[in-house]
Amino acid sequence: MATEAHVQAPETWSPIFGRLTLDWIPYHEPILVGTFSAIVLGGIAAVLLMTYFKLWGPLWRDWITSVDHKKIGIMYMVLGFIMFIRGFADALMMRAQQAMAAGGAEGYLPPHHYDQVFTAHGVIMIFFVAMAFITGIMNFVMPTQIGARDVAFPFLNNFSFWMTVAGALLVNISLFIGEFARVGWLAFPPLSGSAFSSGPGVDYYLWALQIAGVGTTLSGVNLLATIFKMRAKGMKLFDMPVFTWTTLCTNVLIVAAFPVLTATLTMLTLDRYLDFHFFTNDLGGNAMMYVNLIWIWGHPEVYILILPIFGVFSEIVSTFSGKPLFGYKTMVWATACIMVLSFVVWLHHFFTMGSGANVNTFFGITTMIIAVPTGVKVFNWLFTMYKGRVRFEVPMLWTTGFIVTFAIGGMTGVLLAVPPVDFQLHNTLFLIAHFHNVIIGGVVFGVYAAVTFWWPKAFGFKLDDKWGRRTFWFWCVGFYFAFMPLYALGLMGVTRRLQSYMDQAWQIYFIIAAFGAVLIACGIACGFINFAVSILRRKELAVGNDPWNARTLDWATQSPPANYNFPQDIVVTGRDAFWKMKQDGFKWSTNYTDIHMPNNTATGVIVAAMALVFGFAMIWYIWWLAAISFIGMIATVIAHTFNYNQDHWIPASKVAETEAKGEVA
Amino acid sequence: MTMLDTPLTGRVEGPKGPDHHPDHHHASPTPIGFWIYLMSDCIIFASLFAAYAVLGNNFAGGPGPKDLFEPGFVLMETALLLISSVTFGVAMLKAEKHDMDATTMWLVITGLFGAGFIGMELYEFNHLIHIGAGPDRSGFLSAFFLLVGTHGLHVTFGLVWLCVMIAQIRMKGMIPANMQRLSTLSMFWHFLDLVWIGVFSFVYLVRLI
Repeated sequence: MATEAHVQAPETWSPIFGRLTLDWIPYHEPILVGTFSAIVLGGIAAVLLMTYFKLWGPLWRDWITSVDHKKIGIMYMVLGFIMFIRGFADALMMRAQQAMAAGGAEGYLPPHHYDQVFTAHGVIMIFFVAMAFITGIMNFVMPTQIGARDVAFPFLNNFSFWMTVAGALLVNISLFIGEFARVGWLAFPPLSGSAFSSGPGVDYYLWALQIAGVGTTLSGVNLLATIFKMRAKGMKLFDMPVFTWTTLCTNVLIVAAFPVLTATLTMLTLDRYLDFHFFTNDLGGNAMMYVNLIWIWGHPEVYILILPIFGVFSEIVSTFSGKPLFGYKTMVWATACIMVLSFVVWLHHFFTMGSGANVNTFFGITTMIIAVPTGVKVFNWLFTMYKGRVRFEVPMLWTTGFIVTFAIGGMTGVLLAVPPVDFQLHNTLFLIAHFHNVIIGGVVFGVYAAVTFWWPKAFGFKLDDKWGRRTFWFWCVGFYFAFMPLYALGLMGVTRRLQSYMDQAWQIYFIIAAFGAVLIACGIACGFINFAVSILRRKELAVGNDPWNARTLDWATQSPPANYNFPQDIVVTGRDAFWKMKQDGFKWSTNYTDIHMPNNTATGVIVAAMALVFGFAMIWYIWWLAAISFIGMIATVIAHTFNYNQDHWIPASKVAETEAKGEVA
Repeated sequence: MTMLDTPLTGRVEGPKGPDHHPDHHHASPTPIGFWIYLMSDCIIFASLFAAYAVLGNNFAGGPGPKDLFEPGFVLMETALLLISSVTFGVAMLKAEKHDMDATTMWLVITGLFGAGFIGMELYEFNHLIHIGAGPDRSGFLSAFFLLVGTHGLHVTFGLVWLCVMIAQIRMKGMIPANMQRLSTLSMFWHFLDLVWIGVFSFVYLVRLI
């Protein structure tokens, strides 16, 4: 992040380096130099350790080129947690700045830097943390829940993951080469147009999201085809676990909404690169069209994030209550209703646009209607617990924390759905508090719950209980300290994205919020300590294949599952298939047959690496490199299609051997 | 116990696969997967149509549709693309009969019509830019160029795919994997035809009335 916005005349662009000059390297910024040194040193240490333990081969063979949905799922989670550290560091910086910069004090972040921090925070948290997490969970869990061996298109799955990584890398590169956007996470024009943002920041934003967006859209197509075509014999749609249902609805939303984002960002890119006039102030552009289009993607996006989490909580609640989920069908229909309604509420993000009372009323009412199916879900979870034998294991703790917190966040959302109220609260910290209330209380709590719940399935041992509880309590209490003051500030009229403010009466609220952020930091630390402690103590924490007495087919595999998931074909006759199998005393037959599996491939990571180079070249106007990397991508994909041997058979003897090992464990 | 035999790479069995298939209860996911992809592509076009609807009258003092569009020219373009869809249909009929040479020939013919369409479009774009009606002239022209250009890019991509397809048919013959790919490409080609009918109607035709 360079300190000054450089305005470079086209004459100064070099044919070799485009507009990239040494001025764009922020070697005079101590914070960035420190961060950079830490990353380099850490990187060197990692490389040395990898080499010492001879891990490069396994990393390449078993992970990077893997088409196994479970490994790809785990890699998504790793990406999510890494980016979470970055996104949360941004959050801490903002909280510290706002706690300091009252009554004429400038704090420690100049506006130029502060604006990049809040933009990066939003972009990273939504696109590379929350999206990575939910895609990871869906990838890991859904195929085994429907009794499949892998997703419909395993190579595409690997490719989607690496495209997401390429996008994430571009955002991080902007930290040390050039700058990031200073325009807020949705980059509204005309501010994000070339007239007001001439540097590479917005271009980093655009190319990072476009590249990652390709991955997300393809992953949506892939998971939908998986659900439609790969279900175990006998599994009807209404036999599917609720998590699979929510995955289905989320991916419908992804496939329907992300193309709008692609189109919108393309228009902004053309405005910036080729002088088009989609959103400019002059020559017939219309900036409000951008705001409409981006929210036509953006509102479904928040449901893309929360629906799978509703699924996670549904699985956890029924497992730990020892009961089938209350109101399975209403849960499914509520999910489907939310899926449809999420496309008819986008205008509530900008009631203040001035589209008139009738339009605002329509969108206000549709928004309030969404609270109905969501309320159905909350009652279903509560009634599932009612008269159940509830075991308060850590995932269940997150679930109860979620129900309370999310209900509060939902109610403030209904307040904002009233247009006259929204006119007062639009773009205030009340809004910020509201969406953090639902995203942290919903998505983040849900991700921690899911990680705790499925960890033993993924690795064969549980996470430590004590550290799990510490994580929860720090997070939960920290959340209320961090965001309740923002509700109050919002009601006082404090707008979002303030680098400094004059009214000193606000400062105490910001200090309390900063304290909350510190508590959350402790929660995050406890979470990572939990991983470390549990890995070290994995022998004593080792558990069997079904540690929670679960109900769905994902628990019928070994822990960790064999790469083919199930040694034999499963025939499903109803809901909660694994529960039924356990009651019937099901045993796998020892009469194994060969299993058909896809081959690993390096094509995905190679093409994504070229996409990364392409994005970087486009951002810096290095046209020759952009051309080469683009042609390289196309050529690699075409070469890949000439390989007709993309699968192999695992012989029955090998299956028998693997299964025997699983029995012993 | 039957096994869960799934064509995991999204294709039906190639020539070298083992020949024991106890139970194919999973149909290939490729057709539905590709349909879903086409629907998402359709939404990209929907967004671009929407942008054209919003910006279509923002001429900013520049030329409008009546100054720029020539019905005869566009009709010719449309004819080329529609005929290419018919010839692709013939290629598919030949492929069903496993007639490799005839299939190849009809695919080549399809490609030539497609290339003719792209050639005409490039000529039109070049002409418009030349007379000062490029995409940087007005919101209307920005929306026009992006919508029509995106369709053109798709057709270009289809042409590249067509060439690859012909090479693969010549190399491997009419094996099931190639048949699957051919029918997928056929879906893509007809889809572009359908989108063009929308472009022809809403971008050109109604603006000339």
